[in-house]
Amino acid sequence: MRELRALLARDIGLMWQKRSDAAQPMLFALMVCVMFPLAMGSEPARLAQSASAVIWVAHLLAGMLVLDNLYRSDFEDGSLEQLLLAPVPLPMVIASKVAVHWLTTALPLLVLTPLLAQLLFLPMNLLPVLMLSLLIGSLLMSLIGAVVAALTLGIRRSGLLLALMALPMYVPVLVFGAGSVWSAGQGLPWLGAIYLMCAGLVFLIVLAPWAAASALRLALS
Amino acid sequence: MSAAIAALIQADALCFSRNAERIFGPLDFQLEAGEALMVKGDNGSGKTTLLRVLAGLLPPESGEIRLGGKPFSRDTFVQLAAYLGHRHGHKAELTVLQNLRFTASLHGAVSESHLETLIGECGLAGFEDTPAGKLSAGQNKRLSLARLQARPSALWLMDEPYANLDLTGIDWVNRLVQHHIAAGGGALISTHGAYAAPAVPVRVLEISRSAAHA
Amino acid sequence: MNKLLLWFNQTGSPARFDAFARRWSTPSFILAVILLAIGVFGALLSVPTDYKQGDSFRILYIHVPAAWMSLIIFVIMAVQSAIALIWRIKICELIAMASAPIGAVFTAITLISGAVWGKPTWGTWWTWDPRLTSELVLLFLYLGVIGLYSAIDDRRAAGRAAAFLAIIGVVNVPIVHFAVTWWNTLHQRSSELGVRDASANPPEIWIPAVFSGFGLIGLIFVIIILHTRNEILLRERRAQWVQELVQQELLLLQHLLQLKKLG
Repeated sequence: MRELRALLARDIGLMWQKRSDAAQPMLFALMVCVMFPLAMGSEPARLAQSASAVIWVAHLLAGMLVLDNLYRSDFEDGSLEQLLLAPVPLPMVIASKVAVHWLTTALPLLVLTPLLAQLLFLPMNLLPVLMLSLLIGSLLMSLIGAVVAALTLGIRRSGLLLALMALPMYVPVLVFGAGSVWSAGQGLPWLGAIYLMCAGLVFLIVLAPWAAASALRLALS
Repeated sequence: MSAAIAALIQADALCFSRNAERIFGPLDFQLEAGEALMVKGDNGSGKTTLLRVLAGLLPPESGEIRLGGKPFSRDTFVQLAAYLGHRHGHKAELTVLQNLRFTASLHGAVSESHLETLIGECGLAGFEDTPAGKLSAGQNKRLSLARLQARPSALWLMDEPYANLDLTGIDWVNRLVQHHIAAGGGALISTHGAYAAPAVPVRVLEISRSAAHA
Repeated sequence: MNKLLLWFNQTGSPARFDAFARRWSTPSFILAVILLAIGVFGALLSVPTDYKQGDSFRILYIHVPAAWMSLIIFVIMAVQSAIALIWRIKICELIAMASAPIGAVFTAITLISGAVWGKPTWGTWWTWDPRLTSELVLLFLYLGVIGLYSAIDDRRAAGRAAAFLAIIGVVNVPIVHFAVTWWNTLHQRSSELGVRDASANPPEIWIPAVFSGFGLIGLIFVIIILHTRNEILLRERRAQWVQELVQQELLLLQHLLQLKKLG
């Protein structure tokens, strides 16, 4: 639809202007993956055991870090208000924002993941499972984050509160996502967890923009 | 009930409080097509809050708003009205033309020539490709007003449209409003009263913290 | 208990809730303390020492009811939040927000009493078994609701945002429990995690549990009612019924002081 294209074009254009910011989650994840060997010792076998978990946590934390950017700019210059009063459904506005946010923060991280896997000596046969779980997991976290970030919109310096609120919601995603890779590593069935995450994704793709729209209206009033 | 054309916007016993403190109300007023309603009050008297409530951004504590005789709904408001808020409402990173084009595209097919004309009329000719962040406050206001006109709407809700404008600008806004009203629209303008009003039929609603009288 | 509140919410106004609170809080408190005392007394003294766990299992009489309470309070909070958001009943919002800190405290009590029980029984203060892990996430959910409610200045907006979060949270609780149970079976924790249900035990074991359970319910009821009442009085402090109430209390105080001087 024309309005959706206009929204996407605008959000992509804005993200492109701030493309140096897109490096932020990548750098953060890289730092996390550098800190762990420094803390745990560089023995490959030991690192390999925790590699998938460390990469998953790095993704999660990096995502939380940039969550505030989702609505902040539009809120501060009054564009969000105008979008609320435009003849486009608010869930569509949010879907556009989440999509562009994911493309510019999570997708680069996904591309970086094989490098991180190498750094932490992840067994290469586990890389496809890790990438798949992260692909679905990052989408889930972006959608959940959209709802949670909407609630804290009016609050200044809400970073810690946002993390506190997002954490319990991310727990199932982390458990199933990282758990699937661990299962695969043990030779146990891992596809079930992926299917569950996919089911959650289908559910949230429909529900999250709507829930975030309600939350946004609450926060703006 | 009279059979006359329903007012563009009408408020019945409208109240709003925040943290148990009454901001305004109960207010009763209406605005017909072809006239302007000036909401006058000092800083902090609740003018912005009133406009936000009328735009549906804030839920009223009690009372009713009617648009064209029908109860308030977001869809009705979106079709009928345009809102000029306190903040710019457009992106500093995008150019004048990009911002204007975006607003227009949300409301229907975009005609580039129409946008160019609009930019010229608003005194921003030559600044089409300047990012809004590089414009002055007055120029940003002109852009906001240009965006207001990006598509036809019967009712204009304008929160302090004269702010940041020089005398020429204020005059220009008044002419804009006159034009709009002559074409059968209505305008609800909040101002702290130091500016000359447009030369149109005008009602005044004075609002202050403890009481409001129309 | 929730049905009673529900009925009351539909008929209640702030003044009537205040009257309800004033009338029922003291008798409920006395009853709760009695029930709790019987339960604790029974737990400490009349229940025989367990041959396997010694005396340390006695804390379960607090731990198990507290665990149930921490979950039930979250559900109450979510239900009241939903009513407040859908039907715009302000009292339900106040009750929901009053429940949050109490729920958090009970979650903490569950975790701490569990740790106290765990040390002599399993040899460790903490394990990552499904129940403890879900309980810990529940604590974070409570803290999130409390944090959000206190961070927003406008009380009405704060109530609505926190209510929204409570509803999302209650949906998340079973999901987290399911996820963590799956994760736990995956990681094959070998130690058996202790016996907690008293269903197979003779009456003298579980009767004190029933008493302490009901005692805790009563206590929570009183705390929530009083907390909500305080919030109502604070918000409606300019209303006439509140002013009259204050006048009455002042008069009563004056009379009491005079009697004291004479006597």
